Amino acid sequence: MAYIAFFIKRFFQAILVMLVISLIGFSIQGNLGDPLQEMVGMSVSEAERDNLREEMGLNDPFLVQYGRFMSKAVQGDLGNSYFYKRPAVDVIMDKFPATFDLVVGATLIILIVSIPMGCYCAIRPKSIPTKLIMSLSIVGISVPVFLTAIFAIYVFSVTLGWLPSFGRGEDLVAIFGGWRTGFFSLDGLAHLILPCFSLASIMLPLFIRLIRSEMMEVLEQDYIKFAWAKGLAPKRVWFLHAFKNTLLPVITVGGVQIGIMLAYTILTETVFQWPGMGFMFIEAVNRVDTPLIIAYIMMVGLIFVVTNTIVDLIYTFVNPMVRLVGGGS
Amino acid sequence: MKTRMLGMVAGAAFAIVAGMGMANPAISKTLKMAYDADPVSLDPHEQLSGGTLQYSHMVFDPLVRFTQDLSYEPRLAQNWEQINETTMRIHLRKGVTFHSGNAFTAKDVAFTLDRLKKSPDFKGLYEPFTGSKIIDDHTIDLITAKPYPLVLTMMTYLFPMDSAFYTGTDDQGNPKDMVKKHGNVYAATHESGTGPFVVIKREQGVRLEFDRFANYWDKASKGNVSKIIFTPIKEAPTRVASLLAGDIDFIAPVPPTDLKRIDEDANSDLVTMTGTRIITFQMNQERVKAFKDVRVRQAIVHAVNNVGIVKKIMKGFGTPAAQQSAAGQLGHVEALKPRYDLKKAKALMKEAGYENGFTVSMMAPNNRYVNDAKIAEAVASMLSKIKIKVDLTTMPKAQYWPKFDERAADMMMIGWHPDTEDSANYSEFLLMTPNADTGKGQYNSGNYSNAKLDGLVEKANTLTDMKARKTVLQEVEQLAYDDAAFVPLHWQNLAWASRKGVAARDIVNVMNFPYLGDLVIE
Repeated sequence: MAYIAFFIKRFFQAILVMLVISLIGFSIQGNLGDPLQEMVGMSVSEAERDNLREEMGLNDPFLVQYGRFMSKAVQGDLGNSYFYKRPAVDVIMDKFPATFDLVVGATLIILIVSIPMGCYCAIRPKSIPTKLIMSLSIVGISVPVFLTAIFAIYVFSVTLGWLPSFGRGEDLVAIFGGWRTGFFSLDGLAHLILPCFSLASIMLPLFIRLIRSEMMEVLEQDYIKFAWAKGLAPKRVWFLHAFKNTLLPVITVGGVQIGIMLAYTILTETVFQWPGMGFMFIEAVNRVDTPLIIAYIMMVGLIFVVTNTIVDLIYTFVNPMVRLVGGGS
Repeated sequence: MKTRMLGMVAGAAFAIVAGMGMANPAISKTLKMAYDADPVSLDPHEQLSGGTLQYSHMVFDPLVRFTQDLSYEPRLAQNWEQINETTMRIHLRKGVTFHSGNAFTAKDVAFTLDRLKKSPDFKGLYEPFTGSKIIDDHTIDLITAKPYPLVLTMMTYLFPMDSAFYTGTDDQGNPKDMVKKHGNVYAATHESGTGPFVVIKREQGVRLEFDRFANYWDKASKGNVSKIIFTPIKEAPTRVASLLAGDIDFIAPVPPTDLKRIDEDANSDLVTMTGTRIITFQMNQERVKAFKDVRVRQAIVHAVNNVGIVKKIMKGFGTPAAQQSAAGQLGHVEALKPRYDLKKAKALMKEAGYENGFTVSMMAPNNRYVNDAKIAEAVASMLSKIKIKVDLTTMPKAQYWPKFDERAADMMMIGWHPDTEDSANYSEFLLMTPNADTGKGQYNSGNYSNAKLDGLVEKANTLTDMKARKTVLQEVEQLAYDDAAFVPLHWQNLAWASRKGVAARDIVNVMNFPYLGDLVIE
């Protein structure tokens, strides 16, 4: 029962978020530029441009345009992209699998690398590898993803010739319908490596540091001291008692960070010519493709609400003391 | 539809072969190319842009085309004759078929001209034409209202479309020949031209695949590319890296910062050419009283070291300019040289009574022309030497053009490449007195107005005697120079890069429409 109420609450929350976002998106569209500029040649006359603007309804007052948009939006139609000439939602759905591949790949890298490294740095805070990891992570945080990506391309594609320099490759495997992934073919995986590492490079240092500091704090707790006193094996103390409690804050921060990672996909996808949502978005901004821009930011809003919901759910499993709805804590 | 399916199967088979042939590209003759963007549509009349015209030269054929030295080469028009002052008779090539299998006739030319006159982007260019008259299946008269010197030039933009293929209604009930910018119409997603390549697969913004057209009429062409895989790569560093890594065979544009690197790379070739896109600043005489004084305008032109800008900022990848028409264009005046002379500039300011200078606002885009924002910064600092304080704002092109239309700053940057490759076109858009009715001076943000210049340009557009026309167009350039009508900076150069073995040098040209049908690769 509590879960149903929780989901209903979240559902309305999602709708509210998307409403607010669409309003903000709509109100800034005037500042993005003139969509006509990207659609017509330089030498086209002003009169001709104005005809087109009128035809597209761009000359109508803000509220008329927003009303028209909303009346269609409630039926699930967010309008047609000017550039792709197809429903904006369809365009985003086409691009979503590519971004999903990238985010999953980067998340896997972050999990596989940051957990062991973070734990190690907490358990052996004074060792040389720890100092090395910590100083490297500072570099990782401070180098922009753009540079990391270009540098990786020059080293691994141009100089060494090991990995492809751009795109998703040609050998993608369809999972269902139009959803194609690069995870199940060698060519696809080769194309995934550099973009995923570049994207992971932003979050990885953060996670290592987060896990390290949380775990160090947990290791100071009384119950850990008690566990040592009881003579438990070190592995049991570290990985069962300490690590599990380290996870709580890491999950909270992690959920939000995965959402933020979507923002970084914009840069990563642009550098690697990755045909995903992020690259689509930056192109849409350059082209003033307003319907696509608004649909994208609404979509991202939805993704944030969904990831937060999932994080909250996971949280209840890891920490039974937390209840989703009602009850004092 | 069936041939399309077959094409796709063949394409998939080809992709596998191409994949295997990586070590030895000679087997498949596949050209992998990357530009900064892909064509917005498969309809050659949807947008008048470089991208569309590059695509048109792949999938369609023009009636005539320019060679590298800007002379006319017959394509679908075999020869032509001026039968009276306003009529050009064109004899069409026989035995040409469209991708659909339909035969090419005069009807298709008439259909295409009518369609051009309906396209919002192209109708301006075809304004002088009143229509056409079909004489027989392979002879057609193109008729202009008045004697028009650029009939042949306009024929380089006339890419006949398959009238039978584009006639009828699509599944949404719209006519198949409809030109629409923001709707999913038939012509935007289907093609049937006579050109060397057939589109077999298109994923907009990601990939475009072409196969060589088996029944291409030009059997004399040495071109041997059997398949093209076109990928847009937006980021210049990635585009360059993809070439250097061997993932791509042919790229354009090449950023100035990487020219040296590619030139020195043992496996790559660089082709450069001086271009015809002029970059200028305009001085708004309606916003700033001082700009009405020719001495002030001269002072500004003399204060801007455009040779230095080309050398330092453009890394030599441009040609310093003192006029609009580039070398080789009809109106180009050899004697006009860049005028940088700071002493003279200061003297002129003093003479005009502005030795203490004044403040102006300046705007420039930051993602439209090569190094645009850096150039604007340099010009601003050069003007400070004659005590003109510049308040500079740069912004992305999407926001810049609406500002430009508003004439929102005292000095605004504008680059211009004439669609017609003709000298008069620069002045029509940049220097003639703005007139909303005729559309003249549409990009004249300086509000420069000179009745003599207007008259000369109008006159040039009715002169069919090229010698007389040349004299008039040169007079226009001289007049603009003496009047310091604008601040000339440079013509942007063009560059293409390829792996060794791709004979790009033979097929590129100053219009930047590589004739890929004639490309030879090893």
